[in-house]
Amino acid sequence: MDELVLGGHRFTSRLVVGTGKYKDFPTMQAALQASGAQMVTVAVRRLDLQARGEASLLHWIPKDMVLLPNTAGCFNADDAVRTCRLARELHLGGENPLVKLEVLSDPKTLLPDAEETIKAAKQLVSEGFRVLPYTNDDPVAARKLEDAGCAAVMPLGAPIGSGLGLRNPYSLQMILDQAKVPVIVDAGVGTASDCALCMELGVSGLLVNTAISGANDPVAMARAMKLATEAGRLAYLAGRIPRKLYGSASSPLAGVIGAA
Amino acid sequence: MRATVNGETMELPEGLTVSTLLQHLGVRAERVAVERNGEVVKQARHREQTLTPGDRLEIVTFVGGG
Repeated sequence: MDELVLGGHRFTSRLVVGTGKYKDFPTMQAALQASGAQMVTVAVRRLDLQARGEASLLHWIPKDMVLLPNTAGCFNADDAVRTCRLARELHLGGENPLVKLEVLSDPKTLLPDAEETIKAAKQLVSEGFRVLPYTNDDPVAARKLEDAGCAAVMPLGAPIGSGLGLRNPYSLQMILDQAKVPVIVDAGVGTASDCALCMELGVSGLLVNTAISGANDPVAMARAMKLATEAGRLAYLAGRIPRKLYGSASSPLAGVIGAA
Repeated sequence: MRATVNGETMELPEGLTVSTLLQHLGVRAERVAVERNGEVVKQARHREQTLTPGDRLEIVTFVGGG
């Protein structure tokens, strides 16, 4: 069985999906199911004290899906660590929950702050969290996060929500070459072919939110991403042919009629 | 007694615990996590911690995110 093992969990699906920016909960639920994902990200936010009886997000997430709380919106290590501690208290994921660590540098690019991310990762690992850090497509930052004890590294393909796809496949290949933990591309996927391309390069998984929730038909896009992720993984395992500049006939050259 | 809850300064009755604060606000404890002055208050300890003036409380829950 081709499984993704992450922080003690075993997944047959390599697509992790977000729960943000859906127009309503029923659409989100249908998209989560169509994606085949077995783990979904959630954010931690202040409860709206005015909104009584507000519908709970968790009610709409299928019960067999693993929750991956994130630290989205944090711009320094301290806030990210506090958010993870609150997530652990909120969550029935035990004392060693998986968390998606995200420490951003500025609100325009939403690019990760590697220094603060590494600092937070060290603290969280020391407190028993299984840390999945969102990071730049920088092999040095990825190595430092792995050395800090993270359960995976999650380089971006492109900025969050940009839909630009994989902008730097060569950096990703360097990260893949050195990593001894799973590499998950987080952020940047725009459409199904981006999923297939990343998987063909040998990443262990993908994390997608906006490209599904923002599609005209999120449920159909969720299924497209599921199929593309599976296709890309299969192609990676099958082993692609080398690229060649010139043609190479697929039918025999001998025995063609009319030959001298 | 004045305390800050989710960034908002509030006038609260004296002698509230974390548990009775949540009741006062109409919040179900099983749906939220509480931080008091930067430290998580575990649910099992909600009844033990009595608020003091100037406390900073954060009451959080899960929302959609990526």
